[in-house]
Amino acid sequence: MSNVSVDAKESALSDDKPQDNPRRRFLTVATSVVGGVGVVGAAVPFVASWNPSAKAKAAGADVEVDISAIEPGQLIRVMWRSKPVWIVRRTPEILAELATHEDKLRDPASENEQQPAFAKNQWRSMKEEYLILVGICTHLGCSPQHMKDGAFEEYVEGVPDGFFCPCHGSKFDMAGRVFENVPAPLNLVVPPYQFVDDTTVIIGSEAEVA
Amino acid sequence: MQAFLAWIEARIPMMRVANMHAIQYPAPRNMNFWYVFGFLATIVLVNQIVTGIWLTMNFNPTSEGAFASVEYIMREIDYGWIIRYMHSTGASAFFIVVYMHMFRGMIYGSYQKPRELLWIFGMLIYLALMAEAFMGYVLPWGQMSYWGAQVIVSLFSAIPVIGPDLVQWIQGDYVISGATLNRFFALHVIALPLVIVILVFLHIIALHEVGSNNPDGVAIKHKKGSLSEDEKTKFEIHEYYTSKYDIADDIVPFFPHIVLKDLVAFCIFLAAFTYIMFFAPEMGGKFLEHPNFEIANPLKTPEHIFPVWYFTPFYAILKAVPDKLFGVIAMFGAIIFLFLLPWFDRGTVKSWRYRSGLHKLNLIVFAIVFIFLGYLGGTPQENWKITASQILTVMYFGFFILLFIYSKNETTKPVPARIPK
Repeated sequence: MSNVSVDAKESALSDDKPQDNPRRRFLTVATSVVGGVGVVGAAVPFVASWNPSAKAKAAGADVEVDISAIEPGQLIRVMWRSKPVWIVRRTPEILAELATHEDKLRDPASENEQQPAFAKNQWRSMKEEYLILVGICTHLGCSPQHMKDGAFEEYVEGVPDGFFCPCHGSKFDMAGRVFENVPAPLNLVVPPYQFVDDTTVIIGSEAEVA
Repeated sequence: MQAFLAWIEARIPMMRVANMHAIQYPAPRNMNFWYVFGFLATIVLVNQIVTGIWLTMNFNPTSEGAFASVEYIMREIDYGWIIRYMHSTGASAFFIVVYMHMFRGMIYGSYQKPRELLWIFGMLIYLALMAEAFMGYVLPWGQMSYWGAQVIVSLFSAIPVIGPDLVQWIQGDYVISGATLNRFFALHVIALPLVIVILVFLHIIALHEVGSNNPDGVAIKHKKGSLSEDEKTKFEIHEYYTSKYDIADDIVPFFPHIVLKDLVAFCIFLAAFTYIMFFAPEMGGKFLEHPNFEIANPLKTPEHIFPVWYFTPFYAILKAVPDKLFGVIAMFGAIIFLFLLPWFDRGTVKSWRYRSGLHKLNLIVFAIVFIFLGYLGGTPQENWKITASQILTVMYFGFFILLFIYSKNETTKPVPARIPK
């Protein structure tokens, strides 16, 4: 027995109390703090195990797409990180349409960060001919439908082409920009991508800036 | 036999608990049919647990195997289809009885002092039940499983700053995937059922501590010494209750009297349940939605996405608000307001039998609004429905606001001191 504990015992007894309260309080706080740190530490594996696994991350790697066979006006879908990515080869007519309805859009100048910096332009693309978008509605994650050659007029007057989400009726133009008065708050996401050459695009990463 | 029971009783208080909580538990004698739904909910919980255990024996919780394993259960396991339909019909039945049980609490003021915590436990059960049902619906991995999960999980992306990362963490992938399915399976079969069973236990303990309310909202426990011997019940009541209170001659022991009444309700319930299970297990696409008979396809959204019927009132509120974040806030707010009901109601008279006409009207309108919101949330989007669901959303919240305003100085009828004969 050390002197300290003997002293504590004596002082407790002299107060007619069976315990030494300040000491007990210190021990309670110390145990709680150390125990709390332990709980937080022990929680780490349980929380972190919910993150995407190494396998899921690998499956989310870049995708290379050959775009030489896309007809003007055509949309192709590829999978990137299990999400549908659209590649549309826009005709000059479609590109001309984009400027005509900017007053009906929520974010015509792409102010919100829904695209890499290279796509923050009126086409929302690197090359104006090719529109590349993640085909998932920014409202609640449905995949909108491509309405072309006048089919979109039914949803927005005077706009012949666009995307319409069947879930909650959100509408987007041929640059993936959202129209006003629909549930979706933001433009469709432009994924990071880079052109290797004129007919091959890699989706998932941007070219290193030299 | 007596010696054997005594041997057990000396080691674990079996008879004491049975007496305290059933055989000698005082239940108001005027409990009507509204009081059967708690019992029925317990029965359905047992049904879900038993059939759920059997389903896990053949279910394959992977994105490749889940859909096929459900078909396998339906077509190739002997009586597998009965077990699965008991489970799927049970899910809807659970919400039917729980909604009735909650409405009962609302009309008879069973959430009022001193039963606030009882109500909170009930609401927590309801919340856990919604999570349980949502995750269960994802497991068959049909189109509606997948896209329903997509919509619900995306709700969290509305949270500022952490939203997108939180969604990825919940999904365990960049999209809803096999990883999501597998963890929902774990939560659905182990974590949430445990939580629900524990909450049900706490709900019942809290109920037995404060005692059951009744359609007249009249207390059956009176201050010790305030009742004459004539006014006290002649039934043998556990001393846990009689030592603290005088129990009025307004009660019957829970067992067998109330249990027998509950069993009658159970028979009627069973008839309806089995009818649906055998002849209309899909309930016209309401209990099991038609797109869910198609395997999940991440590249193709079904034309219309609805949650199952029991979520549609809240889904309508979500859709009524044109802003994503505020839509999510309104939806969760609708549930939080229900949690706070005991404090919105500032009245002291419990049952609507003795409350104002305005209160009765308010309750009935609320029930109609809730059902109509459910209709709007569960049918294809049309322009008039947006306006309608906005009006009804305001009315939903209006119920609580109105209640808060008029309940302070409400004109009520005199409440009898004892349950009327």
